Amino acid sequence: MSQNMLHIVRDPVPAPGRNILEVKELKTYYKTRLKEKVHAVDGVSFELEEGRTLGIAGESGCGKSTLALSLMGFYFPPLFYQSGSIVINGTDIMTLGKEQLRKRILGREIAYIPQAAMNALNPTLKIIRFIEDIMKEHRPHLSKSQVREMAAERFETLNLSPDVLNAYPNELSGGMKQRTVIAISTILNPKVLVADEPTSALDVTSQKAVIRLLKELIAKKFIQSLVFITHELPLLYHVTDDIMIMYAGQIVEKGTAQQMIFDPYHPYTKRLMGSIIVPEAGMKEHRLEAIPGAPPNLKNKIEGCRFADRCTFAREECQCGTIENRVIGERVYRCLFDPITLKEWYANEER
Amino acid sequence: MKNAEVLLSGSGITKVFGYGKQKKTAVQDVSFSFHEGEIISIVGESGSGKTTLAKILMGLLKETGGEILYRGKPRQLKRHKERKRYWKDIQAIFQDPFSSFNVFHMVEKLLIDCIKLQGLKLTKEEQVLRMKEACSFVNLKFEELHNKYPFELSGGQMQRLMIARIFMLHPKILIADEPTSMIDACSRSTILDMLLKLRRENNMTIIFITHDVGLAYYVSDTIYIMEKGRIVESGPAEDVILRPRHRYTRQLISDVPKIHEAWDLAQP
Repeated sequence: MSQNMLHIVRDPVPAPGRNILEVKELKTYYKTRLKEKVHAVDGVSFELEEGRTLGIAGESGCGKSTLALSLMGFYFPPLFYQSGSIVINGTDIMTLGKEQLRKRILGREIAYIPQAAMNALNPTLKIIRFIEDIMKEHRPHLSKSQVREMAAERFETLNLSPDVLNAYPNELSGGMKQRTVIAISTILNPKVLVADEPTSALDVTSQKAVIRLLKELIAKKFIQSLVFITHELPLLYHVTDDIMIMYAGQIVEKGTAQQMIFDPYHPYTKRLMGSIIVPEAGMKEHRLEAIPGAPPNLKNKIEGCRFADRCTFAREECQCGTIENRVIGERVYRCLFDPITLKEWYANEER
Repeated sequence: MKNAEVLLSGSGITKVFGYGKQKKTAVQDVSFSFHEGEIISIVGESGSGKTTLAKILMGLLKETGGEILYRGKPRQLKRHKERKRYWKDIQAIFQDPFSSFNVFHMVEKLLIDCIKLQGLKLTKEEQVLRMKEACSFVNLKFEELHNKYPFELSGGQMQRLMIARIFMLHPKILIADEPTSMIDACSRSTILDMLLKLRRENNMTIIFITHDVGLAYYVSDTIYIMEKGRIVESGPAEDVILRPRHRYTRQLISDVPKIHEAWDLAQP
């Protein structure tokens, strides 16, 4: 697992295009029963260009899934919107009403696959009924047979058997259900697909099939961009162009997949990379690094760097004030120290 | 590892569910021998019979055919008393930490039950001391946890608490059935390190069941690869993962994304 093994094994990153998704200073919170506010997403800003894919990683409770819900405008109690803007393909979704959002944005501009997508299918309906349901709302002029024809064609292009359309959800395996849900949710060719841990409940073989399907959707231009949320870093490395690491409701580092895996700046990213387990030679001698402690409680106002309590490199100045983002070219990270100092520390630690 | 005593061995184990047309063979003709202090991984995709095999080893399911020997003798599992005695030596951690706990019992009660299960008569202070020791083994603070209910804990904390239980009971054999599949990558390394620590300090035999060859390679000495109820390849971890011979093993390894090799997404 040394640095000199660095070489390009993933597809080249596509050329930059226009922004399809822009999030600025987004803040959302959960209200608990005791009327306390838990700031799950606390000042997140990022852009996603057309044709690019973005991976979001971080440990449980860091706000990955809340960010995904917020992007979709799914603000149902106990989740509330506080401030910030979300611009999808030129439209600020926070200015739209609920009805407008549902008709114009959801499914057409942005689609979402929840964590337990395979349990989202009503067991009493055949798969084709879900597609008819979408079409009734968004393409009311199509007849039932036209919808069926179109669905069968789409399933065929995605290497899914059209027989699935006539099956009930319980007749399908977990991996198959997951792929079906993805095919259904992208039937209107949304610009952005937000996939929240689509493979974490599946075994490695079905996981590969789901990834293949997502890649096919991008290659065949059914979706323009993908936001992929997971905690499996090796998976992100192969699926997405960029990786964004979240910690305690904030982005701590963003960069291309290659940079993030082999050359992390932020101490938290560095620690996360240390927890990667892959079946490669040398893995057995590699010592896993666990991060001691727990993330801060997001109910309280946090002074200084949010990772300071668990960071082995933390100094006194890390504990106070607000830590601003540092921007180096395309990379962004939230730490007081410059990359050269950090690298020196990492090198010292390895020795 | 081969010099150590064989703790648990089986030959020709078969498990058939249903009969007639509905007959389904979940485990077919499986043979193994697990040594003391060895970490064994059983790897396969969903539906390959891993968990069924684990349940047979635990004595929760009765095998249809074949023979299992524990310390060279057939297991006595007919009466409840006998089963209880067997479970002092063999314990398990399951996949879903959220359903492994009784939701009405506080953490303290869970740990006191472990002491009771061992049949020890201890004073209050000794009990607390034991519980503190177990919690510090898994990096949890007993003072913060003892009056909490399971729903107040995170998945990683619950799984660590399960390991604290194992530490208190110190069984000879631990069956870990996908203990890390529901928790994030970060807590996963903590859990794996703790399993390795249990082996190092208590010379425990650990049977690790997973679908991820990467994890299996990291923790285990010996790997058994299972496909459709049969063991298709077995041997030392290095041999099986770095020089796989069977087609299915190669497929499993290629299904896992790696970081120094390209990931072939083509259809098998």
